[in-house]
Amino acid sequence: MFGKLTLDAIPFHEPILLFTFAAVALGGLVVVAGLTYFRKWGYLWTEWLTSVDHKKIGVMYITVAIVMLLRGFADAIMMRSQQALATGGAAGYLPPEHYDQIFTAHGTIMIIFMAMPFMIGLMNIAVPLQIGARDVAFPFLNSLSFWLFVSGVILINLSLFVGEFGRTGWVAYPPLSGIAYSPGVGVDYYIWALQLSGIGTTLTGINFLVTVFKMRAPGMKLMQMPIFTWTCTFANILIAASFPILTAALGLLTLDRYLDFHFFTNEAGGNAMMYINLFWAWGHPEVYILVLPAFGVFSEVISTFTGKRLFGYAAMVWASAAITVLGFVVWLHHFFTMGSGANVNAFFGIATMIISIPTGVKLFNWLFTMYRGRLRFTTPVLWTIGFMVTFSIGGMTGVLLAVPGADFVLHNSLFLIAHFHNTIIGGAVFGYLAGFVFWFPKAFGFTLNEKWGKAAFWFWCSGFYVAFMPLYVLGFMGMTRRLNHTDNPEWTPWLYVAFVGAVLILCGILCQLIQLYVSIRDRKQNLDLTGDPWNGHTLEWSTSSPPPFYNFAQLPTVHDIDSFTDMKEKGIAYQRPEKYTAIHMPKNTSAGVFMGGFATVMGFALIWHIWWLAAVGLLGLFASLLSRAFDNDVDYYVQPDEIERIETAHLAHIKQA
Amino acid sequence: MSESLHTEHAASHGSVKSYMIGFLLSVVLTVIPFWLVMAHVLPKGLTLVTIFLFAIVQVLVHLKYFLHLDFSTDGRWNTLSFIFTMLVIVMLVGLSIWIIFSANALMM
Repeated sequence: MFGKLTLDAIPFHEPILLFTFAAVALGGLVVVAGLTYFRKWGYLWTEWLTSVDHKKIGVMYITVAIVMLLRGFADAIMMRSQQALATGGAAGYLPPEHYDQIFTAHGTIMIIFMAMPFMIGLMNIAVPLQIGARDVAFPFLNSLSFWLFVSGVILINLSLFVGEFGRTGWVAYPPLSGIAYSPGVGVDYYIWALQLSGIGTTLTGINFLVTVFKMRAPGMKLMQMPIFTWTCTFANILIAASFPILTAALGLLTLDRYLDFHFFTNEAGGNAMMYINLFWAWGHPEVYILVLPAFGVFSEVISTFTGKRLFGYAAMVWASAAITVLGFVVWLHHFFTMGSGANVNAFFGIATMIISIPTGVKLFNWLFTMYRGRLRFTTPVLWTIGFMVTFSIGGMTGVLLAVPGADFVLHNSLFLIAHFHNTIIGGAVFGYLAGFVFWFPKAFGFTLNEKWGKAAFWFWCSGFYVAFMPLYVLGFMGMTRRLNHTDNPEWTPWLYVAFVGAVLILCGILCQLIQLYVSIRDRKQNLDLTGDPWNGHTLEWSTSSPPPFYNFAQLPTVHDIDSFTDMKEKGIAYQRPEKYTAIHMPKNTSAGVFMGGFATVMGFALIWHIWWLAAVGLLGLFASLLSRAFDNDVDYYVQPDEIERIETAHLAHIKQA
Repeated sequence: MSESLHTEHAASHGSVKSYMIGFLLSVVLTVIPFWLVMAHVLPKGLTLVTIFLFAIVQVLVHLKYFLHLDFSTDGRWNTLSFIFTMLVIVMLVGLSIWIIFSANALMM
């Protein structure tokens, strides 16, 4: 009846988990009680959960991403404290079977359930506005992508309290992740959480590609798209080309685990190396999917706050294009040690080094943009400058690792861990946090507190260096990754320092939470009435903050890369059209919520081998899809009088400000 | 979705004439290699090379006349995305084969 699921799956014997569960349950109860007390359930359902508005979907993506950042960081600080305690022969407080789940969950969450949704959230908020569109090409598909991602989030968090998570590391290499060595449900949680959210990501990639190719404002040529839109477009090309590989690789692993296939087993003709190859053929483009939009954010931030045009716009676009193509010929550098020949390693080593050239081009473009500009040192600029220094170091250690001979020494050592945190935190995360502060007033209509934002930056940045520079040293000293306890007195002081760094990053995160609290409390003083708080260059700043649900009362006509600056210079910004015309808009739909819900049920049932429930989930999924497909009542027209009312109020605000 | 949200580009769907040209070219490009093989006109190695070349031309004919890939303003993006996809597939599959065969040769 319940497959493998029994009461033993609930980890009553783990005090840490029980305490976490109590805290989560309490927090959940507070939220539920609050929603009920303030009668906000209807509001939440109609205005947010069923919304197909790209701005609201973006906000929901980032909200989930921040929650998952807290979860992933909790894992991180547990690992750092375990390694700091369990040195010199001590056992620490996390037994190996628990510790192994923590590092697996940390990697999976931070990449798939924190960085990806943060990036997709920023893209959702900014890209349609930047190209002067009223929504994405397929608004319902966008909602479905989000809810498939949420079902992955639910599954991975459920693994904390029902059963276990994988103990394989976030890459889940077979044969360890095969049924012979991982007979529990941990790897199945991993597979289905990634599979569902991965399908959502693929759909997002396609959706946004169609959006930028088909829905740009009149007059906007491709080489006039804002640079953030360009970098997101390259990320979406990478998504559309690489995520299917992940889907296929996980599908093959599923067949191995569920139906006794032998793609990746040691016996019966299988070969685990094929999984490693497929995983990284997706995994390497994936890191560019994460970092390219961050590069776009830095470009927007630096050109906005220097009050200059971006230096080398065309070079920036072509550098991103080069990174996109080269991103597909470097993946073997993740497994130089697998045993392919010297020629193979040399090819991929050189390709990896070449990729640093377009990245270097970008760095110089940012520097030349700043040169002779009047830089305003706001929080997003601090993140950008912090990035430029930090990412350069990460890039250089990356080129070092790209030398196959050096990689044979450093492979799987803490040097590698330090390197990729250096690029992912110092590159992608700093970029998302800059974008968060930059576009927050656009999404919510008030700016964030600068004092706490700057404090957060300094804690994050210094914390990063204190936490990860010791890891470079430990890597050179021979410490490998994923160690539960160690017995080398020379490592001990460095592990202590790294723990202090994690605490500093914790202070940074706390500052950000305080920043949110303070900013919401004082929102009346920090209102953004014009919709253009930073004197921005691109179209998203030409509409109100938050933008009306239809984004633009009249689609803007574009003549320039920095089209809003162009309008302001010509004095045609904020013009009132002679007459408003009705706007065609999509209606909200609950189909995405239901499909995500049924997908979650199906995933959970497949993980626990509850076959009848899996069938129910699958049927429900199809039924929701069909009912949506046969629903003709999906759109409506916003009438001119309503538009006029909203626009008149906005223009009055601008006069007032 | 309607015209107020999208600017539609009507992609070319070809005409009877273009389909007939494509069809005739395909027939010719199929019959010749077929005849080469059946009638043993050329030595074996040369036959292989020739039918391989005919196959490539055949693919191009199909892309142009049946899939309507061209470099006109409307069709350019279809063609470019096709070329990009081919490039990625060739790189991924080709390099994967190289990687796995190389590892296999050294380790098995």
